[in-house]
Amino acid sequence: MMSDKLDIELIVNGEQIQQSVLVRTNLVDFLRDQVGLTGSHVGCEQGVCGACTVEVDGVMVRGCLMLAVQANGSTVTTIEGFAGNTTGKKLQNAFSEHNALQCGYCTPGMLASSIEYIDRGGSTDRDSIRQHLSGNYCRCTGYQAIVDAVASVIEITDAGINQSEGAST
Amino acid sequence: MSGPLHEFDKPNSYIGRSVARPDAKRLVEGQGNYVDDIQLPRMIHAAFVRSPYAHAEIVSIDTSAALAVPGVVAVFTASEINSQLLPWVGTLTHLKGLRSPPQLPLADQVAHWQGEPIVMVVAQSRAIAEDACELVALDFNPLTPLCDAAEALKNDSPVMHAEYDNNLAWEKKVDAGDVDTAFNRSDVTVVQRTFQFGRHTGVTLEARSVVVEYQTTDESLVFHYSGQAPHMMQAVIAKHFQLPEENVRVIARDVGGSFGIKIHTYGDEIATAVAAKLLQRPVKFIADRLESFATDIHARDHTIKGKIGVTNAGDIAALSIDDLTGIGPYSMYPRTSAIECNQILNLTGAPYNIKNYRANGSVVFQNKNLMCQYRAVGHPVAMAVADSLLEDAANEIGMDVVDIRRRNLLADDAYPVTSASGMKFSELSHQQSLERLVEMMNYDQLRKDQKELRKSGIYRGIGLVSMVEVTNPSPMFYGIGGAPISAQDGATVRLDAAGALHVSCSITEQGQGTNTIIAQVAAEVFGVGLERIKVTTGDTATVPYGGGTWASRGAGIGGEAVLLAASALKSQVLDVAASILQTTADTLDIVSGVVVSKADNSERITLDDLGRIVYYRGNELPSDIKPELIATRHYRVTDFPFVFTNGAMAAHVEVDTETGFVKVLDFWVVEDCGRVINPKLVDEQIRGGVVQGIGGALYEECLYDDEGQLLNATMADYLVPMAAEMPDIHIAHIETPTSTSTLGAKGAGEAGTGGAPAALLNAVNDALRPLDASIHQMPMTPERILKELYTNLS
Repeated sequence: MMSDKLDIELIVNGEQIQQSVLVRTNLVDFLRDQVGLTGSHVGCEQGVCGACTVEVDGVMVRGCLMLAVQANGSTVTTIEGFAGNTTGKKLQNAFSEHNALQCGYCTPGMLASSIEYIDRGGSTDRDSIRQHLSGNYCRCTGYQAIVDAVASVIEITDAGINQSEGAST
Repeated sequence: MSGPLHEFDKPNSYIGRSVARPDAKRLVEGQGNYVDDIQLPRMIHAAFVRSPYAHAEIVSIDTSAALAVPGVVAVFTASEINSQLLPWVGTLTHLKGLRSPPQLPLADQVAHWQGEPIVMVVAQSRAIAEDACELVALDFNPLTPLCDAAEALKNDSPVMHAEYDNNLAWEKKVDAGDVDTAFNRSDVTVVQRTFQFGRHTGVTLEARSVVVEYQTTDESLVFHYSGQAPHMMQAVIAKHFQLPEENVRVIARDVGGSFGIKIHTYGDEIATAVAAKLLQRPVKFIADRLESFATDIHARDHTIKGKIGVTNAGDIAALSIDDLTGIGPYSMYPRTSAIECNQILNLTGAPYNIKNYRANGSVVFQNKNLMCQYRAVGHPVAMAVADSLLEDAANEIGMDVVDIRRRNLLADDAYPVTSASGMKFSELSHQQSLERLVEMMNYDQLRKDQKELRKSGIYRGIGLVSMVEVTNPSPMFYGIGGAPISAQDGATVRLDAAGALHVSCSITEQGQGTNTIIAQVAAEVFGVGLERIKVTTGDTATVPYGGGTWASRGAGIGGEAVLLAASALKSQVLDVAASILQTTADTLDIVSGVVVSKADNSERITLDDLGRIVYYRGNELPSDIKPELIATRHYRVTDFPFVFTNGAMAAHVEVDTETGFVKVLDFWVVEDCGRVINPKLVDEQIRGGVVQGIGGALYEECLYDDEGQLLNATMADYLVPMAAEMPDIHIAHIETPTSTSTLGAKGAGEAGTGGAPAALLNAVNDALRPLDASIHQMPMTPERILKELYTNLS
């Protein structure tokens, strides 16, 4: 009989992890229960709410829709590691400053989707930001402060680029 | 800013300043501390087998196959779990006549709603527990479910609870003035509508969660829960486990949303505590999303027949409502399921000058999930009924909807006022709020644009609401009826040896910023920098006794307790400083952590120096000085049953007459919650509240079929507002501080949810009016709107 466990090896927030995992365990449960990174949250277990979103090999994925064994050999970044990404750090500060979170349960996913939006060159257009975040459920804020926070990071970054361009000419 | 100048209005005051939440930093870095994050040695996990039927006899239960699953620790049925407890009954004595049978965690013999827990499996992991649940063999004899509240009330309906003669749980009548004579006057136009408000629920993103530890050595129980009222849960658990209250510790750390959902006695959570006791191991239960939809309390579910009479001049002559509401098979414990109906009877038409008012409420048992208090209890229904009737009546007599409010709103200089339903109002600003709203939304221009756009087939609507909100409740809300729910709160403020302030308070944090405003009040009143304040909430072992956070009471009641405690401590510290400095306390003050001379603000002694003298070098103090660098104060509202707030809101929508879709273009709020401690946090409470209100008005409904089966118990099927559909929400404040406290703060947490549905309903009907269609059912789904638009067309 085939074992219901497999050994996997992956990098999580820069740390090499080697563990044996039940093949049916999804990535977010593995990260929370076996790696001890409880910052990613489980809201619906069916890919709808977005609270478990993590970065796997540069792509934002739902941690509840991916099995841990599928992440074998991958590089994974969770909310605990987002500060290592320049955009992530800026967003964390902006979320705090704009009060773009209340209970904080959706925040890991909101940050992940916002990083994705900004790193893909998203604009400050509020409708575009809202469209991009529409796969992430937040019950507390009403979303406006989250849009404010994302827009503020883009504005500051754009201003910085313009300034440095201005300085070089 | 409209109130008189106050010492809190001075420059650099922490009160009135939008400081960022210190807690937020931790949460954005993934360092939260939610119940599911707790890992304890030997901890095991619970899952439940729940009734697939809305109403059924349980003929047999076979748990042997489940028990044989490797990793399963125990399988419990009602006989093991229920016998450990005294049953609970969801009644309150001040809701006269309310009845409900005793309840226990697991269904025994008969299951009364789909989702009711029947068997509990405890295993080494949740996954194993769920595997084993699949193997529990249950035989049922299905019974006729009572789903429709009106049917359940009929004389020939089967009766759900054998001990009662019918399915009525409670009824109430209000009759003030002479309603019939007023409706019959020749100069009065009468408008009647039947409103339906669907069931919806809180959908907290973090589901209900508990971890329970039980120590047999001293029979003590630790209940880690995601919730709002630790002391209430402590009292409930102690009573029903028959434990001394002091042996029960309830801890609520980070809470992933609550909105009134996590403040009740749920059988699965109590069963988890019983399992921890029986197995002498920590047990964790985290509801999954299906369990959340099926068993988190639902709210609303009201059918209301409303009738308004207005004179030709536009004065409200009379208002009457008949409310019928289904609450599930039991009244929830300990807050009961009659409060929402009671609020609706109390609050419908409350912003207006109405002498003739009649209201009847019937609360009915049915075979659906239990209904209880969710954010803005009763308000969205009461405000929608009154303001929809008012706007429809205004249109009948050809009056503008703003003008009819101007004629009928309680005047800002009329207070105190007692409403027809007996509510005591004071210090409200309906008129000022309405005028501010009209100005902010540019009402006249919007009307012009609306008219112009209609020519090109674009149907936009503008809808308003004037509202009141119940906040800062006194013991008249629950305590008077016998519930272990405290209306008072306490705060302890302590100065440590390094000059920092530690505040512990009985109100709780679910993301509103409770801990932040506690720190702001303490910092301002005591005179220390915000960065030197540490706040503790949510633990019955370490905070003073109090009610917690619900009914928009945290800032108003907890905030005042903090103010009183910080003020008392300041006076104690100044006495010590005066002794050290050989002067009198009235010549000293504390500013930014330093005791200064009042006369010239010159530094006399820093708080850390003072702390070190008191704690380490007491020999330097005169022997008759006995310093107490700690103070505790409690506060409750005494002059009024509730401290009401008021507000005015408006929605601007566009209805697509081809698809029935409603787009919310804009939303405006003018809110008067008294003194604003942190404008940013208040605005965010209002925005989040409005969006939940938009959800109830347009999207959210727990859909049951005729057999009592919940049809849409997933996040993909139960629609909630997402970022793309929501507008930016514009907010302005009128500040009329309440004179019931020094702080002057009223509540703000529920206003948005209470008012938004009414404004949306009016806006949609305003858009539909030229098409001779109207809707009085929430949520206003595209399908329902299309039916209203096209059913009458042949």
